[in-house]
Amino acid sequence: MNDILIKILKIIGIVVISPLVGGFLSGLDRKISARLQGRKGPSILQPFYDVRKLLQKEQIRVNSAYRFYVYLSLLFIIFTVVLIIMGGDLLLAIFVLTIGSLMFVLGGYASSSPYSNIGSERELLQMMAYEPCVLLVAIGLYYQSGSFFVKDIIAQDKPAIIYLPAIFLAFVYILTFKLRKSPFDLSMSHHGHQEIVKGITTEFSGEDLAIIEITHWYETIMALSFVYIFVAFSSPISHLYAVLACFAAFILEIIIDNACARVTWKTALSSAWGVTFFFGAANLIVLSLLSKF
Amino acid sequence: MPYLVLCSTLIPVALALLCFVIRVDIVRNSLMRLGALGVIAMSIMTAFNFWNGDFQGDAAEKAIHIIDSAMVIIEIAIALLIVFLGIKHKKYIAPLFTVIQLPLMLWFERAVVKEKELEVDRLIVLDQLSVIMVLIVGVVGGLIALYTVGYMKWYHNLHKEVKEQKSYFFAVILMFLGAMTGLVLFNNLIWIYFCWEITSLSSFLLIGYTKKDEAVDNSFRALTINLGGGLAFALGIVYCGMKLETIELSRLIALNPTATVLVPAFLFSLAALTKSAQFPFQSWLLGAMVAPTPSSALLHSATMVKAGVYLLLRLSPLLGTTNVGRIVTLIGGITFLAASLLAITQSDAKRILAYSTIANLGLIITCIGIATPEALWAAIFLVIFHAVSKSLLFLSVGEVEHQLHSRDVDDMSNLYGVSKSLVIFLLIGIAGMFLAPFGMLISKWAAMKAFIDSNNLHIIMILCFGSAATLFYWTKWMGKLVALSGKKLEKHHFHMDERISLFIHAVLTLSACFLFPLVSSKVVLPYLQNMFGFSANSPISQGNVWLMIAMFSLLLILPVSFIPISKKQKGREVLTYMAGENVGDNKSFNASLGVTRETTSVNWYMKDVFGNIGFWGNLICIFSMIAVAVILIWGILK
Repeated sequence: MNDILIKILKIIGIVVISPLVGGFLSGLDRKISARLQGRKGPSILQPFYDVRKLLQKEQIRVNSAYRFYVYLSLLFIIFTVVLIIMGGDLLLAIFVLTIGSLMFVLGGYASSSPYSNIGSERELLQMMAYEPCVLLVAIGLYYQSGSFFVKDIIAQDKPAIIYLPAIFLAFVYILTFKLRKSPFDLSMSHHGHQEIVKGITTEFSGEDLAIIEITHWYETIMALSFVYIFVAFSSPISHLYAVLACFAAFILEIIIDNACARVTWKTALSSAWGVTFFFGAANLIVLSLLSKF
Repeated sequence: MPYLVLCSTLIPVALALLCFVIRVDIVRNSLMRLGALGVIAMSIMTAFNFWNGDFQGDAAEKAIHIIDSAMVIIEIAIALLIVFLGIKHKKYIAPLFTVIQLPLMLWFERAVVKEKELEVDRLIVLDQLSVIMVLIVGVVGGLIALYTVGYMKWYHNLHKEVKEQKSYFFAVILMFLGAMTGLVLFNNLIWIYFCWEITSLSSFLLIGYTKKDEAVDNSFRALTINLGGGLAFALGIVYCGMKLETIELSRLIALNPTATVLVPAFLFSLAALTKSAQFPFQSWLLGAMVAPTPSSALLHSATMVKAGVYLLLRLSPLLGTTNVGRIVTLIGGITFLAASLLAITQSDAKRILAYSTIANLGLIITCIGIATPEALWAAIFLVIFHAVSKSLLFLSVGEVEHQLHSRDVDDMSNLYGVSKSLVIFLLIGIAGMFLAPFGMLISKWAAMKAFIDSNNLHIIMILCFGSAATLFYWTKWMGKLVALSGKKLEKHHFHMDERISLFIHAVLTLSACFLFPLVSSKVVLPYLQNMFGFSANSPISQGNVWLMIAMFSLLLILPVSFIPISKKQKGREVLTYMAGENVGDNKSFNASLGVTRETTSVNWYMKDVFGNIGFWGNLICIFSMIAVAVILIWGILK
């Protein structure tokens, strides 16, 4: 009985704390980006103020159904985050994540607005670009550790990154897609007006936009937790290193975001697939050769 | 004689004959409904009998002789028909294959079988696998037959130029189901071959239904490719009889995979690959789209392509790490990737479904080629889930075509205004094909595990990229379905037969999510245990099953989004953003020079990126087949 209670408390903790950390990271992102561009930048808590303001806005909608998908998307992303942090099956988490991302895309389609539609197509393309790599991360970890369960992977004697350096690099490459950073922020971006307005989120306002923002906070935590899995192992101190690695990856993404211009969809797709293919295949082949000796 | 088996093959054929003779529409429709229900009932009865162990496998000598002679007569008649039609339409390759096959088989049956005194001990194999196949053929096939009754009424209203030959159409569908049931139950290779040829002939007759030039061309292409596969099958049987002295499938697969045994295994695999439309033989299945939709549904889900998969499943002890196994794995994998990428480039719903069938069969065949217990578990579940979901999708698209007069995915943004139930059926079908708690994904998950555990790195890479492509083409279709274009179109009659059939399909697709652990532990795992001699475990753990059921309940909320929760939803409804050029509704905008234009949005097809994949897929598959053929011949000569 106690076990279940602790589990429930843990889940509630994850559900509450991850968006707070995600929102904080988002504030940090804006601060660092501003400094890189020679501005002072908003307060670190600005994302939370934004969301509060959005929640108080008047409700405006273009039809009755499209908002719904955004809420479903949030539910599934939370499911993913809980699944990963509780040490569950990584592959299942990826499948749930797929549904979550897909619901968001459907939200864009369902609004039947030209700009949202293009945004949805682009978002879908981005999903297609990063999906192989995400699957390959799970496969690589399973191949190396013999388990899909996060709790088993991070309980090994050595960190997974030693065996899977190339797959890790490929993951860092596609992390840019997941965090919606330039050069791969085709479907929507946090920066002002782009060629397709606000892309997939064009028709979302007020409460719905706030939900999308919160979903993105969860997504940030989810994406960084992959980095964590690569670094953490049985030694307790490694968990500190893992947190630092996540932080470093996040800072790196901010710098890339500010240093790169958006690329065309063809470049995005072919480069992501190319990196995944070569790094993934090379890593797996070396690993299979090593396991024979 | 196991009468039930005889009944489940012969009764559909008898009803087919009646359908063909009787030209009164009401009687004919009732006969077809009766046939549909009969096929479903008999398949369930067969399963029950197997469950209770009532099944008697001994057969009366006399009955067998009668059946044997009847088969010879029918074979000759079919050959004559094909030669006649071939000459009539100036297509000579298909008759050529027949002219080679018929004497070969007659000689084999009359001379070799008698001379070597080849006996058949087990006429029928009724194990868990054949029960699953019988249920798929019976239940899904029966439901398709039921749907056909409603569909054909409207079909001829829409297509006045096509001559009404419903008797012929109904008859062929029933015959098809009868032959397919026989195919999955018989153990005598000659009998399997006979059913195999009947299914080839039936698909030929169905594809050519409209008698248009395109239909005739495509039907002959299907016939030629399948007869080519049939020729490989016949050669395999002759080789089996002469060198291995058996014409029983169960005995062949019990042999050690030496070079001599692998030759028929390769020939049978080749036949299976043609039937399952793998690269480079895929063109016939794509051409089969010209026929009325129920026949496509039948070809793609319950029958035809599943015949090839079934044969490979039976042959799986000879696959695995043998040369034949490796090549089957590779061809399946290449097919999966290439067909998935090509599906992105299609806008015609039926063609998307066709490419997706080819891709999924590729995945199934990859799993069978690997032939570890885990891989076969995945393969069998893929077969089951694919049959149900794909049939649902095809039948829905058939009805969509009646409602919208188009089967272009881009036009389906108008579907919600015409029929909400069709939107829901399609969404369920599509979700069933690739989304998480649903069937296909469960099997894909198991497949992924099996590929890693068997160290097939190239297949893992293929699966990763193929899955991403799968995600893309299904989601963009879903996107069109959930779009609310706001256009009001005329509705057409939606027949009861179609509704019932679609509804049961949808229920089956959904219930598969939580019934699969039961099917796994009661049917599939015992089968694998019999086959491998040790107890196999389900690749999906119990904890994960619970999590998936939780997800499933989350997803059930999806259709609720279509119901407005209250009439007075809070919030103000506004127009969509069109850069300030709105006209007043969401359907049009102010274009340049003051013209008002309708907004249209089209999916991405990326033809310039993925258009050439087919060529490379074919090339790799052809080369690998030639390579393995050379290796096998070299192995025998050595």
